[in-house]
Amino acid sequence: MSVTREVMELEAPGLLRRLTRIDWGWAVLVVGATLYTLIAFGARMDGYQIGTLIVSAAGGTWLGRFWKPFRTYAVIVALLSLFGLWRYGGELASADGDFFLKYLVSGQSAVMWMCALFFMSTAAYFAGLFARSDFTLRVGSALTWSAATFGLAGLFVRWRETYLTNPEWGYIPVSNLYEVFVLFCVITGLMYLYYEGRTRNRAMGGFAMLVVSAAVGFLLWYVFDRGAHEIRPLVPALQSWWMKIHVPTNFVGYGGFAIAAMLGVAQLLRNRAERVKPQGLLATRLPSSVVLDDLMYKLIAVGFAFFTIATVLGAMWAAEAWGGYWSWDPKETWALIVWLNYAAWLHMRFSKGWRGAPMAWWAVIGLFITTFAFLGVNMFLSGLHSYGEL
Amino acid sequence: MQDQTAQTARPHRSTASVLLEFLGSMNLAITLLVALAIASVIGTVLQQNQPYTGYLIKFGPFWHEIFRGLGLYDVYSAGWFMFILVFLVTSTSVCVWRHTPAMLRDMRHLRTKVQEKSLRGFQHQVEGEVQQAPKAYLAEAAAVFARQGYRTKIEDHGDHQVLAAMKGGASRLGYLLAHVAIVVICVGGMLDSKLSLRIAELAGQLKIETRNVPATEVPAISRLGSGNPSFRGSVEVPEGGAANVVFLSVRDGYLVQELPFRIEVKEFRVEHHSTGQPKSFESDLVIHDPDLPEPLERTIAVNHPLVHKGIAIYQASFGDGGSLLDLGIWMLDGRAVTPFTMQGRVFDSYPLETPDKTYRLELMNFSLFNVRPTPTDDGGTDLRNMGPSFTFRLREATGEAREYENYMTPVMQEGRLFFLSGVRESPAEPFRYLHLPAGPDGTPARFVTLLAYLNNPVIVDAVIEQTAAIAFDQATNADPEARAQIIASMKRLVGLFAAGGYEAIAREVETHTAPERVEEVAGIFIRVLHTALQGIYMQVLAEEGIDAPSEADQVFLEDAAITIGALPFYGSPFLFQLTGFEHVEASGLQIAKAPGQNVVYLGSLMLIVGIFLLFYVAQRRYWVWATPTATGTRALLAGSSNRNVMEFEQEFAGLSRRLLPADVARDAP
Repeated sequence: MSVTREVMELEAPGLLRRLTRIDWGWAVLVVGATLYTLIAFGARMDGYQIGTLIVSAAGGTWLGRFWKPFRTYAVIVALLSLFGLWRYGGELASADGDFFLKYLVSGQSAVMWMCALFFMSTAAYFAGLFARSDFTLRVGSALTWSAATFGLAGLFVRWRETYLTNPEWGYIPVSNLYEVFVLFCVITGLMYLYYEGRTRNRAMGGFAMLVVSAAVGFLLWYVFDRGAHEIRPLVPALQSWWMKIHVPTNFVGYGGFAIAAMLGVAQLLRNRAERVKPQGLLATRLPSSVVLDDLMYKLIAVGFAFFTIATVLGAMWAAEAWGGYWSWDPKETWALIVWLNYAAWLHMRFSKGWRGAPMAWWAVIGLFITTFAFLGVNMFLSGLHSYGEL
Repeated sequence: MQDQTAQTARPHRSTASVLLEFLGSMNLAITLLVALAIASVIGTVLQQNQPYTGYLIKFGPFWHEIFRGLGLYDVYSAGWFMFILVFLVTSTSVCVWRHTPAMLRDMRHLRTKVQEKSLRGFQHQVEGEVQQAPKAYLAEAAAVFARQGYRTKIEDHGDHQVLAAMKGGASRLGYLLAHVAIVVICVGGMLDSKLSLRIAELAGQLKIETRNVPATEVPAISRLGSGNPSFRGSVEVPEGGAANVVFLSVRDGYLVQELPFRIEVKEFRVEHHSTGQPKSFESDLVIHDPDLPEPLERTIAVNHPLVHKGIAIYQASFGDGGSLLDLGIWMLDGRAVTPFTMQGRVFDSYPLETPDKTYRLELMNFSLFNVRPTPTDDGGTDLRNMGPSFTFRLREATGEAREYENYMTPVMQEGRLFFLSGVRESPAEPFRYLHLPAGPDGTPARFVTLLAYLNNPVIVDAVIEQTAAIAFDQATNADPEARAQIIASMKRLVGLFAAGGYEAIAREVETHTAPERVEEVAGIFIRVLHTALQGIYMQVLAEEGIDAPSEADQVFLEDAAITIGALPFYGSPFLFQLTGFEHVEASGLQIAKAPGQNVVYLGSLMLIVGIFLLFYVAQRRYWVWATPTATGTRALLAGSSNRNVMEFEQEFAGLSRRLLPADVARDAP
């Protein structure tokens, strides 16, 4: 099937004529939403914010064409978020009396749904793998999509909530540890879904969702033990438009590294299973070593590329906020360490042609280094990034 | 840094070429990447650029010397760290230099000179027959490739013709960009680093100043002229003050950097959220520059610096600019019941005397807000503003000093108000807090009076005599000798308690009693002591006009008794109560000139573009080898891709269907 499509594409001329009505519809939707935002709120935005909005719109248009299912996802997220905003009606107090806000679409409720759905999707993927049930695996996919939907909609509604709590506090909810954990879950879930769609293999879903579940576990502890979801004002250092681009970019990197590590685990398990029990479940059901290896590379590559951008953006922000683009602050230094680690990994693969177990182990170790850079630095080392403390 | 071109080994090689090969080798590059990562860890685990005395206390003299020698207190400026960086830059440069010619060739050339045999060796190749003549066939094929965005070239070799097609040469460009970027970023970073200072220092042209003296007294050898191209330092300017220098901290000292203009801080503002957390930090600055027609007025804030003459001025911190403090000094040695007052300015020091000792009070800091996490009733924590506080050192004539932190307003704890005063022996320790109960008038007066009475033998004796009298009147068998003995021991107990609290009593019991009776005796002693304390306390209350103590008054005595026990550890005969202040703030400015910044940004842009080209542009090549046959053309299609094999396979399958239609006999790949 893919071959015929390819032949058609070979013969098809010009980009414009290849666009379908849905493509056009999508573009019109994104441009329309952007224009509406500019008309309704443009007066309150500065040049940087308008720039960020336009670049995001262009990125969204492209992403929707590049990855078709994203369009449906984005539309549902938008509808769910707007529903939440509508239920609030500009009053934070609405949350107390409104059924939908209380149980579905307030920032915190949506995030709790996300948590539950990610746990369920992990369970479904593993159940599908062990029961050899394609249907259950498909349920896993559906649950992951729903979890990512609730997570992102939760963040959007929370964005509004920060303003409703106190108009002076309002900030984009990628600013504290609770919010970035939600962001991590959403981005990692979506990145996994993209690669699942491309490889048409759901058997590795459980592994990828395991790392998301771990993050969800931490998130729940953080919420119930520390009340992390409470909205508090930002410290002055974080009140910057750089936040909007620095943090999400970083999390594309973290997400890529996290899935790559979990695919590394899958590959190590498969390698072992092939030796010990060649007819067993893992050896027959998991994607082949070649596919896992290729995917691991792709995820590390995309993670590395975005992590590089995020680090550069961080340096530019640091130049504006701290007076120097590089201060050897622990967080910066650990970002460099993560970067060097994956740079070495990529060199090994590109020019030494390393594959298989050593690279899988390295990817797993890489996740530990990344986790330390993400969490450990804030917990154990003091520095300029210490506003991320637990 | 690819090794592909390094395969042609020659028998005799010069030392230079061996060296070049080593410098450009993959193994070295990876070793350096890992070495740099490990070295970087050190600087994050060991807090950098702290006062050396802190390190000395932490590691002891032996390790302190070793760590200092290795430059571990400023790893990123250490010679060996610089060496790794320079090595990495050299290795990358050699790598780029060696591979560039081949890469450029590979980017442009279509490689029409291929062997049929080598094409057959490709993983992706397919052969078939078509009815057209070779020329017409290849022209049509070229059009197909061109539509896919390929560059093509057809070459006639007589007995056969070759079509070569390629796209994605930018992938090679990505390699070059990404690696040149590393060199560019490092060079930019070096421009802004302390390397030049280090060299000047080694050459003896600069000396690090370690004394704590005013900037004007720093000698010329520790000063840098305003022509210095790159620096980064900080300075604190009090409101209404101005600065024309900035301090660059270097290891355990600093250098003074002169500025080509003067920065005046008119006002510094902190705005707060309703929760007490800071909302914004702002300074109103006036730049006095002879080159400007009139002074430049500008407000800076966190994330909003001011750049003037390539020198950027950032709002980095804030501190005290010499606030005026009104202090009430209460005596904790029982010698006086009323406080004496004084006024002092932060950063100044004042002599203080007691009859047997002299002290120096060094006022260190004042802070208006102290937002601390405080446990709430529902088990969580809430941020609470504890109000103004000030810190000071009390230095004895011997030079020893303790550091104190006192809060202005009493703090509510379990429904009672306490004055909080933290004490520590060195800055490395955390504060331990003395909780001194506030009287009903909200001052330490009642506590200090109680203390004074406890230390007044006339009052103590009178109270004890009186208490004993009541006790013995109630008792039936009054033995005068026993009575005298009990009175004496009561006096001794009160004396012990006044000097050392409960702990002194416990020591007394333990040293004079058989172990098995300790508990019993201690119980008796405490009861006796409490009776006496109660009596003395009643005198204090009587002085205040209270005859019948309330429950709160009783709780006060319990708290006071605990506080008295803690006084020996407090180590100060004074309690300083802040009664008023005039807040003067200072704005902490970070001032930097970084000519390398744009170089670094350019390098970063190259790096990002390079990485994306490298990862996402696949360099694909195809060849069609066409030989004429009786009925048309025998065609061999072969192709390769350096990335994204899955997509390439799809494209290859599509192309082979298009160029070698299925109805023609063909070999499967």
